Amino acid sequence: MGMVFKDETFRDDYSFSNSPEAIKRFPFPFDKDSYMYAVNMEPHTPVRAGSVYEKSFDVDEHYVSEMRDRALVLADDPLRCQSLPHMTLAGWDLLELIMVAKAKDYPDLFTLHQDGDRWHWINRPLGIDDTFTFGDETTLPYGPMEYITRQAQGDFCVLDQREGNLWMDAGMVTTQADWSLDFDIGMNFFEWHAPVPLAHELGIFQRALKFLTAVQIGAPARRLNWTMTVNPLLDTSPENYHKWGIQKTTLTSENIGTKQHLRVELQSFWRLPRSNALVFPIRCYLISLQDLVSQPKWGRRLHRVLRDLPVELATYKGFIDNRPAILEYLSQFDDGAETSLGTWPEDD
Amino acid sequence: MSNEKLKLDVVVSDIVEVTDEIKRFEFQRADGHAFPPFSGGAHVVVEMDDDGTRRLNPYSLMSDPSDTATYAISVRRDDGGRGGSLYLHTKLKQGDRVRLSMPNNLFSLDRTASKHLMIAGGIGITPFLSQIKQLKAQKGRLGTAGKADFELHYFTREPAKTAYLADLSDDAAVSLTTYFDNEDPDRDLTGVMARQPLGTHLYVCGPKPMIDIVINQARSVGWPIENIHHEEFVAPQPGQPFTVELAKSGLTVDVGERQSLLEAIEAAGVDAPYMCRGGACGQCETKIIACDGTIEHNDHWLTDEQRASKQAIMPCMSRFSGSKLVLER
Repeated sequence: MGMVFKDETFRDDYSFSNSPEAIKRFPFPFDKDSYMYAVNMEPHTPVRAGSVYEKSFDVDEHYVSEMRDRALVLADDPLRCQSLPHMTLAGWDLLELIMVAKAKDYPDLFTLHQDGDRWHWINRPLGIDDTFTFGDETTLPYGPMEYITRQAQGDFCVLDQREGNLWMDAGMVTTQADWSLDFDIGMNFFEWHAPVPLAHELGIFQRALKFLTAVQIGAPARRLNWTMTVNPLLDTSPENYHKWGIQKTTLTSENIGTKQHLRVELQSFWRLPRSNALVFPIRCYLISLQDLVSQPKWGRRLHRVLRDLPVELATYKGFIDNRPAILEYLSQFDDGAETSLGTWPEDD
Repeated sequence: MSNEKLKLDVVVSDIVEVTDEIKRFEFQRADGHAFPPFSGGAHVVVEMDDDGTRRLNPYSLMSDPSDTATYAISVRRDDGGRGGSLYLHTKLKQGDRVRLSMPNNLFSLDRTASKHLMIAGGIGITPFLSQIKQLKAQKGRLGTAGKADFELHYFTREPAKTAYLADLSDDAAVSLTTYFDNEDPDRDLTGVMARQPLGTHLYVCGPKPMIDIVINQARSVGWPIENIHHEEFVAPQPGQPFTVELAKSGLTVDVGERQSLLEAIEAAGVDAPYMCRGGACGQCETKIIACDGTIEHNDHWLTDEQRASKQAIMPCMSRFSGSKLVLER
């Protein structure tokens, strides 16, 4: 497919940007002009050629640079990747899931040869060519989960399923919206969601857990989540809040269009067959407001959604102080015209 | 919700007589593809067309979870049951095609355990067979993790009726204790339970009275409830016919004597959610709109409180007697 990988940064000079094609395929999360929590799950099946929903694990123009940023985060803080001892089997499950899917979906980028337990993996964009024994950790440079998630965009939470609950017992988390794997490791579903406002009262998490514990092999599900991020930072972690939190005060009316980003997470949920664990990939997509309003439907709608969002949610998502400036900027692109239902920009 | 697209079309590749009451059925995929691997303790739902009656019964996979060429189940003939096992034993032939659900696991090993204490009664041995194969493979291959030790206690009537007895006793990796006096279901396991190391998890699969005894014994010697796991595989029991109204579908459905409520709903052409069909997973839970009569709750899902409030029923297992039952389906 001749994908061109951009050489860009998500720190310091922030050279990240989206090409016109990447803007068009951005997973805009609002299908109407207002937002409230919902267990908005749908089957993770291919939708629209070229969209981020087409492949099991989307690879885009940011792949190589995102993997480089992940390596930098891990070098500074190895605890961003943790796997409790009972989760190794789930790590192998995840390695198999990602390798098989990528080799099938992107044959020109990835190749997997399986000869019994002897596997040969080629990752052309990252220049990796490794032969190893499936199930034998000593034949890989890292544990199986770390090995494969250093080669896959997005964070990965590997959840053990026991006692009718899900447990955050392994993960690779370097592109997170202000939560910490090191803090949450070993917690169950209700414990790690405890800080979320309003949703508990709505019974959201009880229903979500019932749904997730019943996710079947071969039937993954997905949903979107979102927040706002100043500068195209992948690593908005509590561990580094002292570095990025202050940047939220740097918005001006001149720079807001390029500095303020909508951050969207494509979350999917997969049953891992050998371990009966569940993997929860959280793939982060960033878009500047300036690029976002190039799609008129999105500009109008984001203005209305952020304007009408409950204070609790704007506070939890961390942009309550900047909301007036964001609304002032976006209001220029909201002429009050009606918007069509659904998220696709071209359907307007 | 019943995931029709995810069904596995399979061919019966072999039928093996294990004891005079138990047969093993081996399956391979009709399209020649590999099966997904699965986790020890998982079951599949086998879809049968028994002379026009569609039966969907869950059976534990007892083959090696890493064997993606063949799935196998072992089934005990239940002469007093509704016919699912009789159909498999007397009508299914090598080369026949059937459909399986994807594997689901409601009886998974707890991998945080320091040791697994397995207690099987009769055909309840089946989930342990796949778990033991998986544990043995992990001990050899997966490094330090998942290396927990295990021991198996196996209750049957007599050696000749004990499925896989020779395989298990010949296997040096399996610490096996057998008990052949089924006349004494009160056999005291508290000594075995009391000598386990801290962090051991207990798993029991077999007839309900045995499960209750084992759980009570474990509780009596101080085992935490989180460390006790059980699976009771029972087909829905026959009962008196009754009638149900499905409010959303606008249908009135008769449930026959040898039919479950879920089967009757499906036979009426309504696509209702399900997964285990054994009253354990909670997927088929259905709201009751009106109930003038008595629900026979045969599931393990609803709490006593939920049952008392008459707000929900599990159609895969439960029945009704009375004058009026209306469901939100």
